[in-house]
Amino acid sequence: MELVKEALAANRYALARLISLIEDDGADARTALAALYPRTGQAHVVGITGAPGTGKSTLVNELAKGWRAQDVTVGVVAVDPSSPFTGGALLGDRVRMRDLAGDPGVFVRSMASRGSLGGLARATGDVVKVLDAVGFAVVLVETVGAGQSEVDIARTAHTTVVVEAPGMGDEVQALKAGLLEIADVLVVNKADRPGAAQTARALEMAINRNSPAGEGGEPAWRPPIVQTVALDGSGVPEVLKAVAAHREHLCASGQWAGRARARVETELINVLQQELLARLRARVGEGEMQAWVERITAREVDVYTAVRAILGPGTGTRMNADKRG
Amino acid sequence: MSERLRILIAKPGLDGHDRGAKVIARALRDAGMEVIYTGLRQTPEMIVEAALQEDVDAVGLSILSGAHMTLVPRVIEGLQKAGLGHIKVFVGGIVPDEDVPALKDLGVAGVFGPGTSMQVVADFVRQQLAEA
Repeated sequence: MELVKEALAANRYALARLISLIEDDGADARTALAALYPRTGQAHVVGITGAPGTGKSTLVNELAKGWRAQDVTVGVVAVDPSSPFTGGALLGDRVRMRDLAGDPGVFVRSMASRGSLGGLARATGDVVKVLDAVGFAVVLVETVGAGQSEVDIARTAHTTVVVEAPGMGDEVQALKAGLLEIADVLVVNKADRPGAAQTARALEMAINRNSPAGEGGEPAWRPPIVQTVALDGSGVPEVLKAVAAHREHLCASGQWAGRARARVETELINVLQQELLARLRARVGEGEMQAWVERITAREVDVYTAVRAILGPGTGTRMNADKRG
Repeated sequence: MSERLRILIAKPGLDGHDRGAKVIARALRDAGMEVIYTGLRQTPEMIVEAALQEDVDAVGLSILSGAHMTLVPRVIEGLQKAGLGHIKVFVGGIVPDEDVPALKDLGVAGVFGPGTSMQVVADFVRQQLAEA
């Protein structure tokens, strides 16, 4: 495929168009991904997540600068939300990334979430593959401003950096399940503001109480807590070191391969689900689908009975049994 | 072209007022487009680079400083040099009427002054890109 060839030959516009193709799930998107896939698996994929306004984009800017100073190439995918009503989006992460302009070792792409709710867009994982395949050594993925359960990034990234800021809640917030549990590195940004030390302490306590056991008897990774002021760059070298240390830990403990395998399994199941549903819908037809909706709405039949009738006889499984994992 | 229009809204030059740029960005967002906003004080080179990386369909330049006759040609030349001559460029801000024909000669698709309704801009962008 010409576009793939050009993108691999470091043609940046070809790369941009390739990303659009994959974002729009165009006819050639799968051919392109198939051609690129053997070249993937080289990049260190680093996720940056946290609540809106904690300073994710500013931190991405500083981290990318730090890697560039070490001559490491960086691809950035920054996701912002799409409107649930119009489908439009305002993608504003570049505003904080102006320092990265003019450097051929950096490529920044903004993505709208286009209806996905897990903090990433449906195609984000595939766009990461493209940046990986064309040779960026680090791929930074910035999620939408995340609340408590937008944890998809943990399945996409090798290393997840969760960014907090002072004044965002007490220890009980830090004890809740979700976002904090996926942190491999915890950053308390805006550390020049009052309450930063308190926030760091609350996070420390949460981690102490909730430290997961190591996989396969390996020593568990304890997420380091780093205080930063991303605006002036202080603390950023420590974040870079923590991310590098996490990578070493993943490699040394065998979790790098383990996570890769888990990621592939999740992806396979996701794609199978999408594909099966698409094929089933095509087979059943929109008319019959709507007829079932009518009947369920009118309380003539319940949703589980309807699904059993649509799918026909098969090995009985409990609904939602595959939601684990 | 993508079914979802991608528009870059940029502020070249040194004037520090981006209320207008933000209002336009918001209006195009509400019209269902994906709007990439670059922030203040962008050089023409930065704008061209952002347009390329983001694979946009159009670039909107907001200029209030009076430097449009310097900045707009540099953006358009930069786009052409980068092989992005197909990207539509529109300009908003303070542009004297007598400069409008010159800007259009350069290839600017539309110029919008103060008081333009947001609907007009959104319709214009959509229509320009439908013709492309």
